[in-house]
Amino acid sequence: MSTPGRSSPPDGDAALRAVTGLAARLSGTVVVGIALFVLWQAWPALQAVGPLRFVTDAGWHPLAQPAQFNLLPMLVASVAVTLGAMLLAGPLGLFTAIFMTDYAPPALARLLRGVVELLAGVPSVVYGLWGLVTLVPLLAAWQPPGASLLAGILVLALMILPTMVLASHAAIAGVAAEHRLTVAALGFSCAGSLWGVLLPAARAGLCGALLLSTTRALGETMAMLMVTGNVARMPDSLFAPARTLTANIALELAYAMDRHRAALFVGGLLLTALVLALVRLARGLGCAWRHA
Amino acid sequence: MRDRLSAVAAWGAAGMVLAAFAWLIGDVLWRGLPGLSWQFLVSAPADAGRAGGIASILLATVWILAIAIGTALPLGLATAVWLAEFGHRQPRLQGHVNHALDVLAGVPSIVFGLFGNAFFAVTLGLGFSILSGGLTLACMALPILVRVTGAGLQAVPAELRQGAAACGLTQWTTLSRLLLPAALPALLAGTLLGIGRALAETAALIFTSGYVDRYPGSVFDSARALSVHIYDLAMNVPGGERNGYASALVLVALILCINLATHALARGWQRSMS
Repeated sequence: MSTPGRSSPPDGDAALRAVTGLAARLSGTVVVGIALFVLWQAWPALQAVGPLRFVTDAGWHPLAQPAQFNLLPMLVASVAVTLGAMLLAGPLGLFTAIFMTDYAPPALARLLRGVVELLAGVPSVVYGLWGLVTLVPLLAAWQPPGASLLAGILVLALMILPTMVLASHAAIAGVAAEHRLTVAALGFSCAGSLWGVLLPAARAGLCGALLLSTTRALGETMAMLMVTGNVARMPDSLFAPARTLTANIALELAYAMDRHRAALFVGGLLLTALVLALVRLARGLGCAWRHA
Repeated sequence: MRDRLSAVAAWGAAGMVLAAFAWLIGDVLWRGLPGLSWQFLVSAPADAGRAGGIASILLATVWILAIAIGTALPLGLATAVWLAEFGHRQPRLQGHVNHALDVLAGVPSIVFGLFGNAFFAVTLGLGFSILSGGLTLACMALPILVRVTGAGLQAVPAELRQGAAACGLTQWTTLSRLLLPAALPALLAGTLLGIGRALAETAALIFTSGYVDRYPGSVFDSARALSVHIYDLAMNVPGGERNGYASALVLVALILCINLATHALARGWQRSMS
């Protein structure tokens, strides 16, 4: 619809806009496609077994007659390792980030940053290998069998530490620049400025860091598969073996058929719902959310 | 008093992070180096991976990465171009696409594995194959490619765009002659980051590209990526630890090189923009 005196855009531009627009729509559809497809695959189980039985059955015995599909032990294990890891990595990551902005000599801060970035790049299967070969035998010597919730918590804490450090460092460094001089001029002590001004000012970024790390921890598969022992029972102590939701899928998808297979997709659906709920929570709390 | 306490906590935390790092990397080096040699890199695995090397595994990894990046890069680049150059004309759609990509970045990798297995391997009939694995990884790498490339495009100074418009250049010419060359380092950095993520991924590959450790003959063959090889040696092969650690060392070294290259690119890019 070109009006006189205004030339219509050249054909090349129209094509460019159309092609890139198509690509953008396709990219936006991927996540919807994944969600619908996983739901569709889970549907037979949701319909035949009913959502309630996934938390009320006597246990997880998908091959028994009649089959039982209680996902609760796996859900509890997933939440327990995630909470435990956050309790360790949260404060440790925060204080390391504070160290990098406030206490470290520049050279040491740079070294630490390099180290943390390297740790962030180490694949989860390598953390799992280290946990399996080095950490689990140590724990086994102390509290057999070694492969346990505790092993999962320790490995997971180490894995999400880099995310926690880098995201909180970005949050604190972001506000430090604008507040530092003011705070110094007002004669605050070092800790006073930190706890009274900088951390409250950075709270949106810090809460984002915390929740981002939590979603990473909840979704971790390989390391949990390798160090937690994979017993599908409700864990009754820190030293008991457990099986996370993610490990449950990885362990059984290879041979699962029909309703059993669909039940694994229900587990995937539950996991996705948990992660999305955390993302929602982050937005609701006004957290700065950034996938680093 | 509070000053002292904060300082002790900060130094203590940093010390613990450094110690944990030294333990992990030291362990991989100490157990991995004895098994590492030129022969290890160029010979095929034997005896379920206990003996021999990782040549076929490395080849399979490259094939899977090539499929993943070959699919995700054009799609991600076109998406980033639309978001940066055309999206403002359809703000609702732009918001939806941005939101969808953010959610996609948060989906756990095992869910990508479930999806890839059900969609690419079963529904599309590709089976356990390099193609299934590569396409699954392409979905995973898409958000980071779009984000980093988009940041590069947005960082191009507005004067460049205005100048191009004032000269009467078409958008296509502006994009191909001015914006993309200016954003090239960011594009490369995004690609490298995507490759790094894909290299590290295991859970999404076990049920899509599979376990077969032979040399792949075509993209329809099942093949074993390096990360899956490490997992298999550690969990399923008694006595596979030595080669597992050597493979882990190779993987960590590869990812370290990629990260260093990304950093160098990003630094050069920031310098050229400021």
